[in-house]
Amino acid sequence: MTCLPAHTDRKLGLVIDLDTCVGCQACVTACKEWNTGGHMAPLTDIDPYGGNVDGVWFNRVHSYEHTTEMGGRTVNFPRSCLHCETPACVTVCPTGASYKRASDGIVLIDEDKCIGCKLCSWACPYGAREFDGDVGVMKKCTLCVDRIYNDNLAEEDRVPACVAACPTSARHFGDLGDPLSAVSQLVAERGGVDLMPELGYHPTNKYLPPRAHTQRAASVPAPALEPVRAEGGFLGWVDRMLSN
Amino acid sequence: MHPAFSVVFFTTATGAGYGLLALLGVLAGLGFIAPDFWLGLIGMGLALGLIAAGLLSSTGHLGRPERAWRAFSQWRSSWLSREGVASVVTFVPAGLFGIGWVFFGHTGGWVAVAGLLAAIGAVVTVCTTGMIYASLKPIAQWHSRFTLPAYLIFSAMTGSVLLNALLQGFAVGSNILQAVCLLLSLLGWGWKLATWRYNDRLEIPTSANTATGLAGGTVRSLEWPHTEENYLLKEMGFRIARKHSFRLRQITQLLAFALPVLLLATVFALPWPIATALSVLAAIVQFAGMLVERWLFFAEAKHTVTLYYGR
Repeated sequence: MTCLPAHTDRKLGLVIDLDTCVGCQACVTACKEWNTGGHMAPLTDIDPYGGNVDGVWFNRVHSYEHTTEMGGRTVNFPRSCLHCETPACVTVCPTGASYKRASDGIVLIDEDKCIGCKLCSWACPYGAREFDGDVGVMKKCTLCVDRIYNDNLAEEDRVPACVAACPTSARHFGDLGDPLSAVSQLVAERGGVDLMPELGYHPTNKYLPPRAHTQRAASVPAPALEPVRAEGGFLGWVDRMLSN
Repeated sequence: MHPAFSVVFFTTATGAGYGLLALLGVLAGLGFIAPDFWLGLIGMGLALGLIAAGLLSSTGHLGRPERAWRAFSQWRSSWLSREGVASVVTFVPAGLFGIGWVFFGHTGGWVAVAGLLAAIGAVVTVCTTGMIYASLKPIAQWHSRFTLPAYLIFSAMTGSVLLNALLQGFAVGSNILQAVCLLLSLLGWGWKLATWRYNDRLEIPTSANTATGLAGGTVRSLEWPHTEENYLLKEMGFRIARKHSFRLRQITQLLAFALPVLLLATVFALPWPIATALSVLAAIVQFAGMLVERWLFFAEAKHTVTLYYGR
């Protein structure tokens, strides 16, 4: 049923640190690599080596320039499914293919029931769902449901592929419904925020804003070449010769 | 939003079809339109034909149309599922009414009951179509108080103009229906102008700042995650209409409202064959205009995902 569960036992999700993300795209490729053989496989690529490359990805990293009165900076911004507490993508589904799990809050699609009407992708404000034109069904992030409960993997590997791949630990995985979990405490400590809170989807995933600008280093660097003071001696002679 | 022709035709055709069905169900069921085999056959054929063609067309944009039957299951949460259920259920009283009125020549009694039920089903179905769009929060131009009434007004408008053309064709036109058509077309025109005015002044709280969680200042897209357009940009980042919206809005006003009003107004003063020709022309021109209107409805709608791409 596409009605939402009244309560989920856990709220599994991601915490993404916009301060430490360097935009290396490792999470993007790790996600694609794992999931093209995983629960929602395949992540079809169309014309991958041609002029009109297109394909299904669950995780995309944007780059933004954020300018405030404190100065400007580049922010790398990974965007994927936020596994919302009130996901309209689930309730609009006419077939029951989309569902939110009562056990851990993960939003999934049953590919065998999806008719490819695309309404769920219209209902998602975050662009988390991408249509696979080759298979004719909608696809989305599974929070690596086939990794996090996978007994065949070593315990430290039972995290989403994007989290495992991140070289700067900008991605954290855990239970955001438990206020004592490491991710919940990280969110509390760093002032983690919801994306588009005004729309009322109550995303589970949280984003940690970049830390405040530091005053120790000037935001605008000093000129690279300072004029050399005219003086005598050997250096003065070199200066005069090179200036001619 | 990308205006898929299958969906543009679907909403326009079923809107007109359900409008015509509701009017026939009420007016003919209660005996205001005398039973006439050919009038009934063409009228009900047109109404049910438009509905069936629209519903078939709507399956054209599905990725897996062979599974469309599954869409009847989630009526408890999904407006799209409710639309599917309502549209199919409406065929039952509509079919009974058609048999009673067209083939047996009855009015009143069970035919009137079936006609009224078909009319109720038609109105409910049009409401569910409107709510599919009105319930989508990421698209501010649709998630407004204008959307649901628009679907109902345009359905009544196109349905009544079709019925008028039909009755004029059988030389049983009525001045009252003619006047209703005129008033509904003017109401539709006014509603569309008010909707555009509202949309043009729309200020939504969602911005690139709230989309990225970066508070204060400006957030400018430096680089997309991909070099070519992806599904999100093709489906939700459609921009052609915004470039030509002024001209397309003029075409909509001319075809969907101005010309039909002018044609219907002149029909009052004209005798049978010319009145018929102009009434039919009004219906055809209005249908074409409504296709442009519906195309713009999709193409001018802006989805919040475009904020991530700086569009």
